[in-house]
Amino acid sequence: MNQTISFFLFFSTLLLFNSCKDSPAKELPILGHKSMVNGDQEYHTIPDWKYATQDNIDLTNKDLSNVIYVADFFFISCPSICPKVMKEMTKIYKEFENIPGIKLVSFTLDPKRDTPEKLKAYAQKLGVSNDKWIFLHTDKESIYDLAAKYFVPAYEDKNVPGGFDHSGKIILVDHDGHVRSFSEGTDASNTPKLIKDIKTLLKEYETK
Amino acid sequence: MIGKYFILLILVATLFIKCTTDTYPQGKRLYTTYCANCHMEDGTGLGQLIPPLAKSDYLISHRDNLACIVLNGLKGPIIVNGIKYDQVMPPAQYSAVQINNIVNYIGTAWDNKMKPLALPDTEKVLADCQ
Repeated sequence: MNQTISFFLFFSTLLLFNSCKDSPAKELPILGHKSMVNGDQEYHTIPDWKYATQDNIDLTNKDLSNVIYVADFFFISCPSICPKVMKEMTKIYKEFENIPGIKLVSFTLDPKRDTPEKLKAYAQKLGVSNDKWIFLHTDKESIYDLAAKYFVPAYEDKNVPGGFDHSGKIILVDHDGHVRSFSEGTDASNTPKLIKDIKTLLKEYETK
Repeated sequence: MIGKYFILLILVATLFIKCTTDTYPQGKRLYTTYCANCHMEDGTGLGQLIPPLAKSDYLISHRDNLACIVLNGLKGPIIVNGIKYDQVMPPAQYSAVQINNIVNYIGTAWDNKMKPLALPDTEKVLADCQ
C-alpha cells in the first residue's frame, strides 16, 4: 500500500516538474478571432491609425511595420491603474532600451488634456528622451474603437476616478499588426513572461 | 506521537513569526489597496512623476505632517531626494486609526526608520491640519 502511494507521489512530482519546465521557445500564437475574407482566413489585425507623437510628428501604424511594439492605453491625470501599468512599461523600456526592432507605444485616452507638449513632459519625467517609447496624442472619435481592437476596453465614464474606465493590458503587436501576446500591466508578476514573449518574437524576425 | 506534536509546534511557531513580522497589518492592507497604485507596492514611486516613499528624505522630515497629507492629499511642487515632483495627490477620507496605521506602515516599511506615531499624536496632528 505504502509503496503504491510512494510510486504515485514520485510520478506525480515528476509530472509536475516536467510541466513547470520552460518549454522551448515556440512561435507565439496570433490572437483574436479569424474572419473569412473571399474564402481566405484572415487574422485579427490592428486597423490603420494616424496620430501625433510627443514631438508633434504624425505617426501611422505603417511606420511601425518594421518593428514589433508593446502598446498601452493611459491618461496623464489617471489616478487609478495607470501609474502601475507605466511602471511595468518602464521595466520593459529599460530591458530593451538598447535593442533595436522593438518600440513602446502609449495611447492617451484623454486627448483634450494630454497635448503633445504635456505628453513630452510626461515622457521626460518617466526618463524617456528618445523615440524608443512613443506617446500618442489621439482623438476622442477614434480612440475607444481602436483600443477595442487592441483588446483593451476603454470608455468615458464620469463616475470613475479620472473620468475614463479602461483595462491595464499591455499588448504585444508584430510587424503585420497582429496581436501576439499581452500581459496585465497592473500585475507586476506578469511582466517577466511578456519580456520573454518579446524576446521570442524578436527572434522570429531575426531568423526570417 | 511526539514527532507529530513537534511538527505541529513548528507549524504554529512559523505561522506566529510570519504573522507578527507585519507590524501594521491594517496599514499595509490600506496602503496596498489605496496607495500602491501610485506609490507602488515597494514604495519606489514612478520616475519623476510620483515620489518614492522608500528611502525618502521628505517622509522623514515631514513626519508630523504625513497624516494631513494622507487625509487632504497634496498639490503643488515638492522636493524629494533632490528631485522636484508636481503631480496632484488625491485626498482620502480615512479615520484617525486608519491614517495612523498607514503612516506607521509607510514609516517602517522598506527599511524606513521613522519613529512610529501613537494614535493620540496622529489625532492631534489631524485636528490641526490646514
